[in-house]
Amino acid sequence: MIAIKELSFAYSSALVLDNISTTFESGKIYGLLGANGVGKSTLFKLLCGLLTTKKGTIEIDGVSPKGRNPGFLSKIFYVPEDFEGPDMRISSYASGVSQFYPNYDAELFSRMLAGFEIDAERKFTTLSLGQRKRAVLSLALALKTEYLFLDEPTNGLDIPSKAEFRKLVAAAMDENRTIIISTHQVRDVENLLDHIMILDKRAVLLDSSVSDIQKEYSFDISINAPEDALYVEPGLGGCCSISRNTTGEESRINIELLFNYINSKK
Amino acid sequence: MEYIGHKPIYLQNVDYIREKVLCGEWPEEERIPSVRELGASFGVNPNTVVRSYQQLEAEEIIYNKRGLGYFVREGAVARIKEALRREFISQELPQFRAKAEMLGISKQELIELL
Repeated sequence: MIAIKELSFAYSSALVLDNISTTFESGKIYGLLGANGVGKSTLFKLLCGLLTTKKGTIEIDGVSPKGRNPGFLSKIFYVPEDFEGPDMRISSYASGVSQFYPNYDAELFSRMLAGFEIDAERKFTTLSLGQRKRAVLSLALALKTEYLFLDEPTNGLDIPSKAEFRKLVAAAMDENRTIIISTHQVRDVENLLDHIMILDKRAVLLDSSVSDIQKEYSFDISINAPEDALYVEPGLGGCCSISRNTTGEESRINIELLFNYINSKK
Repeated sequence: MEYIGHKPIYLQNVDYIREKVLCGEWPEEERIPSVRELGASFGVNPNTVVRSYQQLEAEEIIYNKRGLGYFVREGAVARIKEALRREFISQELPQFRAKAEMLGISKQELIELL
């Protein structure tokens, strides 16, 4: 489990995270949403010890990332949004990196690369952004770390690769893993998420499980929005609306709409 | 799997599995895909699939054989048909009737058309 308590972080004088407290549990996939610059990537870097702060604490299975202890680091993996990759073949890079990760599954890695149609003998420098992304995502999932942080994973992926990505994440998920995905492309990962956290400058606007959200709110598409709707967006197929769930019947979450609603309230 | 409309995903999975059983593709007393397999092939969170399977267990469509996975229950086809029949009578029929009335189609005309 990841426990964050009263965490703050500033780049020189610019405060990014202000007094954040939350937890991330095993066996769940979290969606971390928020506008540009609210500190999603900063939070990831703090979680894996790439950045440190004096204000507040982070504990991952009781250990602070600050120490960058090798045993601790072997449990986590972070895929940044813009992964350049070294001037090496994918296969050599993977065999180097995987030395540090005891649960690495080489056979799974090959299968994932094949699913993504990537040749392991290519060098990163000869690949497009989307191809590099597919290679590093395959590696990230095959390392089978307990904690996996994916920063905008679907950015740069073409449509079939996005579907493949969802399948691979769903297949890789188990009760011992925690996956946190930050994204602006909510539709790409909507069906994967257990829990949604919306960050804003200096505040957590929402931190709730998808099932709790569906119990609290109703999501609807209709010609005329319900009179008691909390938030409405007109569209070609009808009005998308959010209302209080008064019937107890659940409806499919529309995260984009929820995000816009939550942001309109602040 | 393409999820549309505002029915929650776990219930759309339930509909999908009911359909598979109803058309005989997943016969009674045979194993169905595991939570993990279905989650992976749909690109959906396995916890959502768990919820779908719980719902189907409650409806006595499937059951869990410890260590072996989920199986289609004997009599599942009849139970699904019965459930769909009730849904048809309580939900679709009133809409159909309202539309026919609005368009001024008489009972006699309907019988002839059917």
